[in-house]
Amino acid sequence: MGGRAIVVGGGLHGTSTGLHLAQKGLDVLVIEKNSVGRHASGVNAGGVRQLRRHPAEIPLSVAAMDRWLDLDAFLGPDLAAMCEFTGHVGQVAVAETDADMAELVAREAELRALGWAHEELLDQAELRKVAPALAQHCIGGLISRRDGYANPYRTSQAFRLKAQRDGVRFQEGTRVLDLAKLGEGWRVETSAGSFESDVVVNCGGAWGWQIAGMAGEVLPRGHFAASMMVSARVRKFLDPVVIGTGRKLSFKQADNGSVIIGGGILGIPDLDAETADPVAERLVESARTVFDLFPIMRTATIVRCWAGLEALMPDQIPVIGPSRVVSNLWHAFGYSGHGFQLSPIVGSLLADLIVDGKSPLPLEAFRADRFNEDPSAAHPGVAS
Amino acid sequence: MSRMSCDLAIIGGGPSGMAAAVQGAALGLDTILLDEQPAPGGQIYRGIEAVQRARADDLRILGEDYEEGAGLVAAFRDSGAAYEPGSVVWQAVEDGRIGISHGGAARILIAQRILIATGAMERPVPIPGWTLPGVMAAGAAQTLLKANGMVPDTPVVVVGAGPLLYLVATQLARAGVTIAAVLLTGPDIGMSDALKVPGALRAGRTLLKGLAWRNELRGMGVPMIHGVSQPVIEGKAQAEAVSYTVGGTRHRVPAGLVLLHNGIIPNTQLSLGARCKQAWDPGQHCWRPETNEWGATNHARIAVAGDGAGILGARAAACLGRMAALDAAVRLGKLDPAQRDRMASADRAQLATQQSLRGVLDRLFPPAGELLVPIGPEDVVCRCEEVTVAELLDAVAQGCTEANRVKAFTRCGMGPCQGRVCGPIAAEVIARALGQGADRSGQFRVRLPVRPVPLAELAELQS
Amino acid sequence: MFRRLHELSATVTVFLDDAPLCVAAGETVAAALLIAGVPVFHAAPRYGSPRGPHCMIGNCYDCLVEIDGMPYRQACLTIVADGMRIHRMTEHEASS
Repeated sequence: MGGRAIVVGGGLHGTSTGLHLAQKGLDVLVIEKNSVGRHASGVNAGGVRQLRRHPAEIPLSVAAMDRWLDLDAFLGPDLAAMCEFTGHVGQVAVAETDADMAELVAREAELRALGWAHEELLDQAELRKVAPALAQHCIGGLISRRDGYANPYRTSQAFRLKAQRDGVRFQEGTRVLDLAKLGEGWRVETSAGSFESDVVVNCGGAWGWQIAGMAGEVLPRGHFAASMMVSARVRKFLDPVVIGTGRKLSFKQADNGSVIIGGGILGIPDLDAETADPVAERLVESARTVFDLFPIMRTATIVRCWAGLEALMPDQIPVIGPSRVVSNLWHAFGYSGHGFQLSPIVGSLLADLIVDGKSPLPLEAFRADRFNEDPSAAHPGVAS
Repeated sequence: MSRMSCDLAIIGGGPSGMAAAVQGAALGLDTILLDEQPAPGGQIYRGIEAVQRARADDLRILGEDYEEGAGLVAAFRDSGAAYEPGSVVWQAVEDGRIGISHGGAARILIAQRILIATGAMERPVPIPGWTLPGVMAAGAAQTLLKANGMVPDTPVVVVGAGPLLYLVATQLARAGVTIAAVLLTGPDIGMSDALKVPGALRAGRTLLKGLAWRNELRGMGVPMIHGVSQPVIEGKAQAEAVSYTVGGTRHRVPAGLVLLHNGIIPNTQLSLGARCKQAWDPGQHCWRPETNEWGATNHARIAVAGDGAGILGARAAACLGRMAALDAAVRLGKLDPAQRDRMASADRAQLATQQSLRGVLDRLFPPAGELLVPIGPEDVVCRCEEVTVAELLDAVAQGCTEANRVKAFTRCGMGPCQGRVCGPIAAEVIARALGQGADRSGQFRVRLPVRPVPLAELAELQS
Repeated sequence: MFRRLHELSATVTVFLDDAPLCVAAGETVAAALLIAGVPVFHAAPRYGSPRGPHCMIGNCYDCLVEIDGMPYRQACLTIVADGMRIHRMTEHEASS
């Protein structure tokens, strides 16, 4: 194809889309209002997870996992190392009660019926083998063995450097102010002047609705702030990532020994200041959950917390695909707190869709026109 | 039972905090002073009650400026303000919530007004070997002397720049400590040099005091070497010697303890964590929170007073503390602005004097540029995470051109100190790599907890 | 590295790495260890470099010790108490 593309948003999805379009011969400019990886891409908990995904995401997640497990091929060895990815340690959903276990059993059956075998049930003995530090009362689990974790900010930079090697230009500190049709293409007005393009891709994350709005398209504007706590180093006691079933928890121990605790504890978002704050009172529940599940953490010390801004869609899955109201505008945003692992693949699928007219994996479930009759209603997603 | 709410919560027990507490209580504000130390005095008057009670001989070593603090501490004890020693504050929020750890328990206190009076810290001096055991900030030796009546019993080498160096060396020498050398990066400043600085005459008494220390050191035979460059601390498991260049030749002096100093800077962690707007002060080469003369910040409930708002010294700190308390009373409806202005007039006048004095000192004793930025690739920038200059430079080369990007890429600033020590150093390394001013590097974003909190305390947080 | 200018008056007994140590009542754990001739308090977590107190006022986090079973306590901000169990954190906390 040749032709120009402008990607709005320098997070992982914008960068991934940019590099895949460049690999197909387009001239690509990524416009980022802060710095690459500043928001969700750089401040998530770093889980590289197939486990417990929405069924529509599963084909994408499995294909993404293939890429994570061969990052050398995707990024080149030096940039692959930059991501600090650890794979094949597994992510485990833990069952504390019979109700939890029943939920996991149902889940495994659901996936098997859909033809997926990557989520395996664990009985208590097997759980103990995989995560011996879990409390005695845990009765079983569901594991996805290929899963792991990476360093989100370093991964964002690795993707950017790869994109730059492939010829993608980045314009940071530049805010998109308006999108205007110019024939079949676009004039993108920014705080640093205007740019013309044949194609615009909206990877605006928590601000994706704003970018869509500039083109006259109403898409859901929900967002939330996920908060995380990190402990001082503890002698290595856990290999897989553990997620809660009956209660909110995402728990991993990094290779350097620090423990990263997340799982949906909400912070306070500030979309205007483009930042978010953790809330001490809301960490209480998380701290108690950690103690219940990992007795070794009773002498742990929390060194830092942060909160990151994430988009939130009404059905908690992203918008991926063409604009429904105007030509040559594409969307890939709204990952609702679980876009990190999908980043190597969505950019590739979107580039295939844009250039070749079709994606090798089904994207129907993510179409932009799936929302309510009244598309101007904001999702009652959390404001604070 | 711990207090869960109050009118005025003061964080820090130094001169500004104590003066604010005295004034606040006098105006009828329900005032609590939270102090992470066990007794009031902050750092400058550290341990003063214990010294008076049991070690009065040490007052002669410590000097008259220290003794001045006794009156303020006594006034604070009598003020009626509540005092909570041993309380570590790990967050201050713009809505008035303060996170506190005390006696193994954590709670949230809600204040109508928060006064951050956490004072200053010593600027880090990241010379090669600075992380070895047996290397301390010069103020650490002062703290041990004031709080514990302890002095080094091994030869000491003092390295750096700034008037505090002379004071610390003098205090230690008076206590009988062997000071092997005082290595100063700046030139020797005599009275005639000092008087060349605009405004110096007004600062006469202070200048004479500093010169007196220098002369006292000379009289005690302490070797003082000026114009020193490239200081390196040598040693395997702990400090053993300091080597340095002067007059084009390299020298080496054995040491059992090395004390470093390159001026003091505001401790901005709590105000940064509260998202108070910060400004770069080019005269003092540091960041500080933006405050008006009453200490008010961009947040309605938060004020900052004392050296934490900008280095002006203990006397100015007391003035600013009182003025912040007066302003708090206005905001809480206990005083009208005209009364406040009347009651503050003496402090305002004193403050003006102190400000011009500080200007003179800043011109005479700018921070030593060479000591600001480590240049050896293996030199440690981040003590907590052991991140080196080489790693920072690599991050910059990869496009991380600002403090938070460097932090996210290298882990510099992610350790327990949360960047309070390495922040200034990282800013200088980035600035040097990019050929721009240190202020362009930005500051690390700070979030709760500003001090580490045991998970066990969070699990039982009272709010 | 340090000596006292005055005689010890009130004392308490703490345990340093399981050995009893007589220290001055009311002083910080950091001061007590320094006067007992202990220069190394912990090993920095990444490369295990030996570390001891640097600032003495709670900013440098290099006076870290384990106190009564809790690691990562700042010795310069903790007052000694009778029976306190202090362990230096000189073994690497992380396995790598």
